Amino acid sequence: MTPAEAVPVIRTRGLAKRFGELTAVEALDLTIRRGEVYGFLGPNGSGKSTTLRMLCGLLRPSRGEVEVLGHSLPGGAEGLKRRLGYMTQSFSLYRDLSVRENLAFLAAVHELPRRETRQRLSALLQRYRLEAFRDRLAGTLSGGERQRLALAATVLHRPDLLLLDEPTSAVDPQSRRDFWESLFELADAGTTVLVSTHYMDEAERCTRLAILDRGRLVADDSPQALMRDLPGRPLRVEVDRPRGARRLLEATPGVLGAAQIGSALRLLVASATAPETIEARLREAGFSAQVTPDAVNLEDVFVAATRRDREARP
Amino acid sequence: MRARRLLAIVIKELRQLRRDRLTFAMIVGIPVMELVLFGYAINLDVRGLEAVVVDQADTARSRELVAQLEATQVITLERRAATPQAVDELLRRGVVDVGLVLPVDFEARLERGDRPPVQLIVDGADQAVQAAARQLRHFPVPDAAGWTARVEPVEVVNYYNPERRAPINTVPGLIGVILTMTLVLFTAIALVRERENGNLEMLIATPLSRWELTLGKVLPFVAIGLVQVTVVLGLGRWLFGVPLRGSPADLYLASLVFILASLSLGIFLSTLARSQFQAMQMAIFTFLPQILLSGFMFPFAGMPRLAQWLAELLPLTHFLRLVRGIMLRDAGLLELWPAVAALAAFTAILLGLAVSRMHKRLD
Repeated sequence: MTPAEAVPVIRTRGLAKRFGELTAVEALDLTIRRGEVYGFLGPNGSGKSTTLRMLCGLLRPSRGEVEVLGHSLPGGAEGLKRRLGYMTQSFSLYRDLSVRENLAFLAAVHELPRRETRQRLSALLQRYRLEAFRDRLAGTLSGGERQRLALAATVLHRPDLLLLDEPTSAVDPQSRRDFWESLFELADAGTTVLVSTHYMDEAERCTRLAILDRGRLVADDSPQALMRDLPGRPLRVEVDRPRGARRLLEATPGVLGAAQIGSALRLLVASATAPETIEARLREAGFSAQVTPDAVNLEDVFVAATRRDREARP
Repeated sequence: MRARRLLAIVIKELRQLRRDRLTFAMIVGIPVMELVLFGYAINLDVRGLEAVVVDQADTARSRELVAQLEATQVITLERRAATPQAVDELLRRGVVDVGLVLPVDFEARLERGDRPPVQLIVDGADQAVQAAARQLRHFPVPDAAGWTARVEPVEVVNYYNPERRAPINTVPGLIGVILTMTLVLFTAIALVRERENGNLEMLIATPLSRWELTLGKVLPFVAIGLVQVTVVLGLGRWLFGVPLRGSPADLYLASLVFILASLSLGIFLSTLARSQFQAMQMAIFTFLPQILLSGFMFPFAGMPRLAQWLAELLPLTHFLRLVRGIMLRDAGLLELWPAVAALAAFTAILLGLAVSRMHKRLD
């Protein structure tokens, strides 16, 4: 690791944001390094958008320190904006301008050299498969096309850091896959990507993942490490009346979460809880059940992390 | 401030405007509509008041007087009644505006000259009717010696508008009213629309400065305002023969200062409003005092002191002084400098306030 890479792109200490009585983000310590595709995973209202907005200087932190690309915020926000690409959660380009007009507008706003602008625009139109739509109004594009345009507009000035707020929430699965290919391509070229999502499959593709729950950081590691260190174990329960069994198990000590998958149940239990204990509990209650260990997935990590947090609070 | 970024905003605004057909239609539609309405329909110089005549004398001279009064066209004699009591009834029911009573002793009163020979009963609740009736009071009544015009104690010499045509006074003022209504409305919506559509969050995450954004949104409307001035001037001249006695350059300069003042007001409202609807309400809230107090509707000199002070704060008041001076009295911009200074100060203060209220943040 070279010294330049050792310096984090984003560093926050005790970052907090309050809106009146509501605490949106609390005591957030983050360290994000260059070239990472760093995921923010969390339910709605967990503080993902608020954090992203603080990191690009659109919101002033209530407390704590933030340093992004060597600029400390909120003071250095204007200098930071040249090196940063921020993609808002909802489509924020002009619907009554064409694809090309939107990109040309942003090229001028970012003061791209004029002779470079034409080249850059045609490269972007080609890379993001927008050539056929160059003269279409942005408002008439489909969800996936709009997303490609938004990404093209966000990377137009070759930012060092991309902040993407739930970029794939309104697009189809194929477009999502394409979108993530583009993100890895950008990360390979040295761009640091910070992306918020509530899709598990997307979270699993990140090089590093932070799980947020009601404004607090409840897990922060690579997805693999998070799954390896899961403080619990998943079980698969084949049972005759899954809905009744689920109600019973949710009230059972040691069970962290239960979800119905088809005709079976998937349980997340504390590490100390053996499959046999669960099977015995179900038999006692008159269910005929077969309990087997299951492979860990990221959803288990998410359930365990947000569950643990809930129990820690009074 | 960078010229390229400013230009980018201006071009973007013009492109959006070109695609917004309704707004585009308003730019030309409102001036034409208002000009025609104020020019043709709204006429404060009252003619053709419905009158009833009670000629109890019924002599040659009384009939002649009635005919002469009718010839002024201020009143139209639609009805005749036998008694003054019938006049009361007709007035109360709103059938007539004016009653003309010539008493039985009309001839005797004329001879003696001690009591007025004719009585005009008017619906004084309507000020325009009252003013018209007052004109009739000075109508020369033939005395016993024959038709000699009575000499009025004060002679009024009507400068600048000898024919007393209303559009001469209305059209210059209308330039101001139209500019205020359209430009304040357009710019009041401008910034709020960016916020409502989510564009603002994207814009403030770019290096764009507050001044670039504010001025870039305002500048296209300067050109639009000047187009509107030209439309109203041209139509005013063509339809109503309103003259431009002063220098066109002065008039356009005065309009430019006023356009900037109106746009600053609009963009300031835009920083206060939370939605486009609210912005529109605020814009309408500023129209009323401007139209009523500026001297457009009612003479400035006739207003109470407090209203006059208030009016001094409104840009339209100052613009009316400028535009009427230049168009009707051939006054130069230099002679009218206090109004120019007032408009410039208004612009500087409101534009400054607007920019200081605008933050490149969401909280």
